[in-house]
Amino acid sequence: MIKDYFQLPWREIKRRKLRSWLTLLGVIIGIAAVVSLITLGQGLQNAIEKQFSALGEDKLFITAKGSALTPGLSTDAVKIRDKDVKVVGRVSDVRKTAGMIFTTARIEFNDNVRYFVVSGMPTDPEERALLGEAQSYKIESGRSLEKSDRFKVVVGFEYTQKGLFGRAVELGDSLLILNQEFKVVGILERIGSPPDDQSLLIPFDTFGDVFGTGDEVGLIVAQVQPGEDTSAVGDEITKELRKSRGLKEGEEDFSVQTPEQLSAAFTTILDIVQVVLVGIAAISLLVGGVGIMNTMYTAVLQRTKEIGVMKALGAKNSHVLTLFVVESGFYGLGGGLIGVILGIGFAKLVGIIFVAVVGPAFLSVEVNYSLVVGTLIFSFVIGCLSGLAPARRASQLNPVQSLRYE
Amino acid sequence: MNKIKKTKKNYNSNGRTYKPEKKSEKHMKDPIISVRDVWKTYYLGENVLNVLKGVSLDIFPGEFVSIIGPSGSGKSTMMNMVGVLDIPTKGKVLLKGKDIAQYSESGLAQLRGKSIGFIFQQFNLIPTLTALENVIFPTIFQGVPEKERTKRAKKLLEIVGLSDRMRHKPNELSGGQQQRVAIARALINNPEIILADEPTGNLDSISGKQVMDLLSRLHREEKKTIVLVTHDIELVKYSSRKVYIKDGIIQKITHNHHG
Repeated sequence: MIKDYFQLPWREIKRRKLRSWLTLLGVIIGIAAVVSLITLGQGLQNAIEKQFSALGEDKLFITAKGSALTPGLSTDAVKIRDKDVKVVGRVSDVRKTAGMIFTTARIEFNDNVRYFVVSGMPTDPEERALLGEAQSYKIESGRSLEKSDRFKVVVGFEYTQKGLFGRAVELGDSLLILNQEFKVVGILERIGSPPDDQSLLIPFDTFGDVFGTGDEVGLIVAQVQPGEDTSAVGDEITKELRKSRGLKEGEEDFSVQTPEQLSAAFTTILDIVQVVLVGIAAISLLVGGVGIMNTMYTAVLQRTKEIGVMKALGAKNSHVLTLFVVESGFYGLGGGLIGVILGIGFAKLVGIIFVAVVGPAFLSVEVNYSLVVGTLIFSFVIGCLSGLAPARRASQLNPVQSLRYE
Repeated sequence: MNKIKKTKKNYNSNGRTYKPEKKSEKHMKDPIISVRDVWKTYYLGENVLNVLKGVSLDIFPGEFVSIIGPSGSGKSTMMNMVGVLDIPTKGKVLLKGKDIAQYSESGLAQLRGKSIGFIFQQFNLIPTLTALENVIFPTIFQGVPEKERTKRAKKLLEIVGLSDRMRHKPNELSGGQQQRVAIARALINNPEIILADEPTGNLDSISGKQVMDLLSRLHREEKKTIVLVTHDIELVKYSSRKVYIKDGIIQKITHNHHG
């Protein structure tokens, strides 16, 4: 019986192919836009979460307050210094700590001037390993920074391309960082995200001298003892830092964050951006719905006589209503189906192009099956809702007048 | 239609006095449809249009009744009353003794689907459905099990001689074939009454005769009550009783004993 209520509407849709396609088009565009935006947004989140989880569950990040997202030189009075690193290191259950600092600086090479981020890194291999692990730095050629190094620099992958300075940077070349000459001793492996691949790593002490920051630290990474609860250790660090800095509870001018908390800060922003974009895309879906409504009103008009015949043959108002609602639901579902395919296809394409051009670090497009199913149900419902008013009109037609309608 | 004689003016001369129709000995049973002093009035802006002016007619089970009248006579409205497609402005229509005014819109639809089979001048098949599906179509609204309805529809198509056309769509069938599909469709719910509105109006004379012979056979062999609405005096020879209608009033009723 239920089959009957699908067969007839389906035949009607097939009967008027051009009109059906035009109607579907509106829904297709709307659904494709929504699906591709959601898929891309999720791809972005996936990538970011992957990056943060690569930092390791056992690490804590300590920064001056207000610089959580962009650790570096804090411009206000609040500063974290080398002694804070020591305080953190003394907390029991903290296995190891490392501090680093970075800022944007003027770089000159091959008579070209550009601005890049320069990082002051520890020269102790273990400390650097802690940071290096967190930032996934691996040496491709040359060597890492050593304890005795002063004006030495390890450069990111992109410096080996001609694009940055018109000439590839090679081992042994000299760069001018803030007018101070640095010798290239190592080149990093490609990471896939431009900021990482544009790294310039110099010794921490040299950074302090060149930039006049002394023992200021932009970011402390603390690794907890294996098996310890990261956030509990985080609370302990907060307590100790408060004590050493003479602050009361609630007055902290620093923040201690787990990788999860860091990524949550990013994804919250992404969520907001995504909601706005999807909202805009949803407007086109609304237009698609209006298209269905228009088609259905036309269909009711064109099939007035048929409706009269149905009623003469014993169709109740509810039967006619159901038939027309299902028909418009089909428009929604059909548009949804094609829209989902196109939307995901588009997102995949963008993903492939993005990864090829920029690298894999920022976008990881995956098909979300609950999104697919949800969208199909949603589009069917949109179709049904759009057809409700026309279907009501159809169902309430007077059989005598409809039969006479030509 | 100029043959209509304006005798028997005593029938509803003022449109109000209703004299119960005398039952002939042939029809001692209760009427299956009873139209009692029915008025139908349309209001078109300021104009009041009385399409039926106090019409009374009893139709008995197993009868073949023709309702004859020129266009604008009110015969279509009469058909709507008999087919419970419409309700009277005044007066009563009884189907199997029950006043149709008691029914809701859905109730009437249900009743129509079960008790009345419609045949239209323009066939009115659903263009997207095959012949077989068209015949099955009215059962959807009655909830007939799938197996049974398909069996019944195939048998009916066999009766109307279209077994080899079951999978054809209406636009692949001739007018006569379409009308025969429509007849099969009218029979699918096994209704007591077949209501045919100008069934040959769009057909050539040979197809028209086939259709009328088929209706005649249904009347004789299946004992169906048939109500034929037409302006074509040629067709009425098939019927046992002829009701002449003009200007919303029944002009005369004649019996045809060989019908």
